[in-house]
Amino acid sequence: MIDVRNVTKRYGAGQGIHDIHVRIAKGRITSLIGPNGAGKSTLLSIMSRLLPMDAGEVSIDGLNVVQTDSERLARTVSILKQTNDINVRLTIQQLVEFGRFPHSRGRLTSEDKQQVEEAIQYMELEPLRNQYLDKLSGGQRQRAFIAMVLAQNTEYILLDEPLNNLDMKHSVQIMKVLRRLTDELGRTVVLVLHDINFASCYSDAIVAMKEGRIVREGPTNEMIDSAVLKGVYDMDIPIHLIDGNKICVYFS
Amino acid sequence: MKLAYLWIAFLALSIVSLFVGVTDLRPWDLFSMTEQQMQVMLVSRIPRLVSIWLAGIGMSVAGLLMQQLARNKFVSPSTAGTTDAASLGALLSILLVPNAPPLMKIAIAFVFALIGTYAFMRILDRIQYREPILIALIGLMFGSVIGAVTTFLALKYDLLNSINSWLNGDFSVVLKGRYETLYLSVPVIAIAYLFANRFTIAGMGEHFATNLGLHYRRVVSIGLVIVALVSSVVLLTIGSLPFLGLIITNLVSLYRGDDLKSSLPHTALLGAVFVLGCDIIGRIAIFPYEIPIGLTVGVLGSAIFLYLLLRRPSYA
Repeated sequence: MIDVRNVTKRYGAGQGIHDIHVRIAKGRITSLIGPNGAGKSTLLSIMSRLLPMDAGEVSIDGLNVVQTDSERLARTVSILKQTNDINVRLTIQQLVEFGRFPHSRGRLTSEDKQQVEEAIQYMELEPLRNQYLDKLSGGQRQRAFIAMVLAQNTEYILLDEPLNNLDMKHSVQIMKVLRRLTDELGRTVVLVLHDINFASCYSDAIVAMKEGRIVREGPTNEMIDSAVLKGVYDMDIPIHLIDGNKICVYFS
Repeated sequence: MKLAYLWIAFLALSIVSLFVGVTDLRPWDLFSMTEQQMQVMLVSRIPRLVSIWLAGIGMSVAGLLMQQLARNKFVSPSTAGTTDAASLGALLSILLVPNAPPLMKIAIAFVFALIGTYAFMRILDRIQYREPILIALIGLMFGSVIGAVTTFLALKYDLLNSINSWLNGDFSVVLKGRYETLYLSVPVIAIAYLFANRFTIAGMGEHFATNLGLHYRRVVSIGLVIVALVSSVVLLTIGSLPFLGLIITNLVSLYRGDDLKSSLPHTALLGAVFVLGCDIIGRIAIFPYEIPIGLTVGVLGSAIFLYLLLRRPSYA
């Protein structure tokens, strides 16, 4: 379980996140949704110790993220931020192998190699494995980074807008992979999503944020509701049931 | 390019380097050397060869680390303040402690180099617009500002000549007893190799490194110490080797990528081969006189650097 207690982070006037209190259940996919500037990425960064908080506490499986050694945390939780500014000449294979760094410190055992292999296959990157990242398209690169996170093989996986840069096919592919990780291996996934329909179709729970606060949280079924979404996005969003999925029609 | 080819070039050029010079000395003389030939070999030729190796390897590796830490392919110790700060430190050590032993001079230069490099990194942290070329230019400007202070002080105290003698790299001054401080760079480069994985990860940024459990600040600090130490040792013993830390790393990155575990040996060897080549050219071109290495490296290096810049405008 990820336990976030009274977390506050201030940036400038009135920005940041304020007194956030939330528990994220184990073995589920939880989506953070909300308009731009709601503080979703900030919250995700604080939960994963990338950003210091001004007040409050976060613990993951009982490990306090501020006090626990970063090396130890790296075997329990992985975080992938948006990676547009990474432009190093590593091959996909090399990058994914770095995912094993918290476990092997750079000396890969046969088990490490197998994890790397599986992660590359999961993301269908075998044909590209020896290509340099700076030669790849944005979507291919995004898949490579997700493969690295898969190789890191942590109980908790935090992803900041993982579907950015991805076409429909690969967005669905990634969400299906995450679904399998939770259903088959009991992993916990927390992700910031912009497209609420992906949140609706694939997540178990949704946390909705706005202006640095949590507006509401709950099981996906309760959250994908016109009245709830009106409170989050200030928009009238009709919802239709299509093949058992609630789809939000927010285009008009 | 295979590492084996680099080794062959390295060995071949090393042998050539031993037998180029005013004193006639041929490989087949090795087994029947006269007293004088023996002296030349031990006092001049071998020390020169070793110092070429160490300076070439040291400055290339320092360039590579600096580029990783700044996350920019167009910075290097000689183009972003490190070398300039080290020369300021060396000048001050001459002014304040005129009879300082070489190690003390190096220590003072090192402290200045460390502060200078750290200051440059802090400036980078504050820049929002991370256009690679812009950052390289900021490095050059930063270095020039420090250089201006050095020149001013040197003029005022009539030390401009001795300053210029360090600034221009020159292996002809290398003699037994006057180059051994270069050995200080050996353990430091070994540490760079041991930490290669960590530097590669740090090169992908603080968030990325933290996710993998790396103590980012610690790795950056270690890197800065290595860069500052190697740069000041080479500067005070040989002089500056402009562009070396830029071109070698960029060439290696092209064919070998940025995984330091695999690119570091190439960077080190290619650096040594390049300096060996430049040194031999400088010794042959106007024989029996010599062109200082700073000039040959600078001319060849800037040409290669321009070529790299124009060839891959989007590459950084």
